[in-house]
Amino acid sequence: MKKAATMIEAKTKEIIKKHGGDKSSLIAVLQDIQEQYNYLPKDALATVNEEMEIPASRIYEVATFYNTFSLNPRGKYLIEVCAGTACHVQGASRLMDKLQRDLEIECGETTKDNMFSLEEVRCLGCCSLAPVVRIGGDIHPYLTQDKIPKILGNYRKQG
Amino acid sequence: MVNLIIDGKKITANKDTMILEAARAAGIDIPTLCAHESVSRSGACRLCVVEVKKGNRTKIVTSCLYPVEEGIAVETKNERVLNVRRLVLELLLARNPKSEVIADLAKKLGVAPQPRFIPDTDKGKCILCRSCVRVCEEVVGVSAIGLSCRGSQKTVGPPYNEDSAVCIGCGACAFICPTGHIEMETTEDKRKIWGRTFKMKACDVCGRYFAPEDQLKYISKITGVPLKELAICMDCR
Repeated sequence: MKKAATMIEAKTKEIIKKHGGDKSSLIAVLQDIQEQYNYLPKDALATVNEEMEIPASRIYEVATFYNTFSLNPRGKYLIEVCAGTACHVQGASRLMDKLQRDLEIECGETTKDNMFSLEEVRCLGCCSLAPVVRIGGDIHPYLTQDKIPKILGNYRKQG
Repeated sequence: MVNLIIDGKKITANKDTMILEAARAAGIDIPTLCAHESVSRSGACRLCVVEVKKGNRTKIVTSCLYPVEEGIAVETKNERVLNVRRLVLELLLARNPKSEVIADLAKKLGVAPQPRFIPDTDKGKCILCRSCVRVCEEVVGVSAIGLSCRGSQKTVGPPYNEDSAVCIGCGACAFICPTGHIEMETTEDKRKIWGRTFKMKACDVCGRYFAPEDQLKYISKITGVPLKELAICMDCR
């Protein structure tokens, strides 16, 4: 456990150095930490606090304000079900139901094997492809319930 | 010096004063919750709204943040202003049904809880004015608390809602809170705030408990005054 903490500390220091360590680069630093670990580990935020001399309360404000950041570990692939107007009309809620049933988790949770996290988002900006689901950054257009098991299977196979 | 009219009264004020201060100096009362002389302004509570007439145009502004201007006419309690102020109070009443301060203000302005705004049960007395966060940062200088999340989830507290390592237990946040949301309990030798318990220091001379030990250590650290000198309470110094 202790070893993991020092590793996170070293990696975080590296990220801060990359961005120059100025206070204004806080969001960029947090984004890189989020990308590295799929969430913002507490140890990493403590390192940011020490190295960048930003109060812990201010870092926590930023980390909880933006949806990009998560304070709890997320799965390897983040499944974002678009619930924007176009996707909603095209049946996004049915996709959400199917995903919840197949993954056996609720929206906002992570599967036991840490493969998938399920979240609902407002608009992914590609309404012509509705209904859309984004998995690990890939856009899956015109999605229907029957295509979901195969897609999830492919991601599981990739590991 | 700037000349302006507030509620029909001719007033002269210094260039950078806000309408709120100019009005108060002239004996005109404007209700506020979040404006406090010790911290910067945010215009969060929206109760200090007034109508400013500049040329032929009128607009509703927060008087705590609007500097006086040459030739403007300000109305602090005409029907338009009171309508806005009543709506703000209706919303505050729904958000903080348990707050005595807001209930008193509402009574003064003849505002009753509105059935169309469903009362919140989980917000306590907090109006999210950020005064406590500001006093902790600007006056105390430790930034132990902040606002987390956003929208309806927004709450005030230390990071992770855990005991803050930097909090010194000074109680400035509880003191400045306009609605009494922040709970601070001080018994003889202990003080409890934000879920953490602080040990109080007894005065070396009279033996009265007068300040948290952590606060004295912090003051000693930033001012360079030896801790021994600070161990004597204000009355015995």
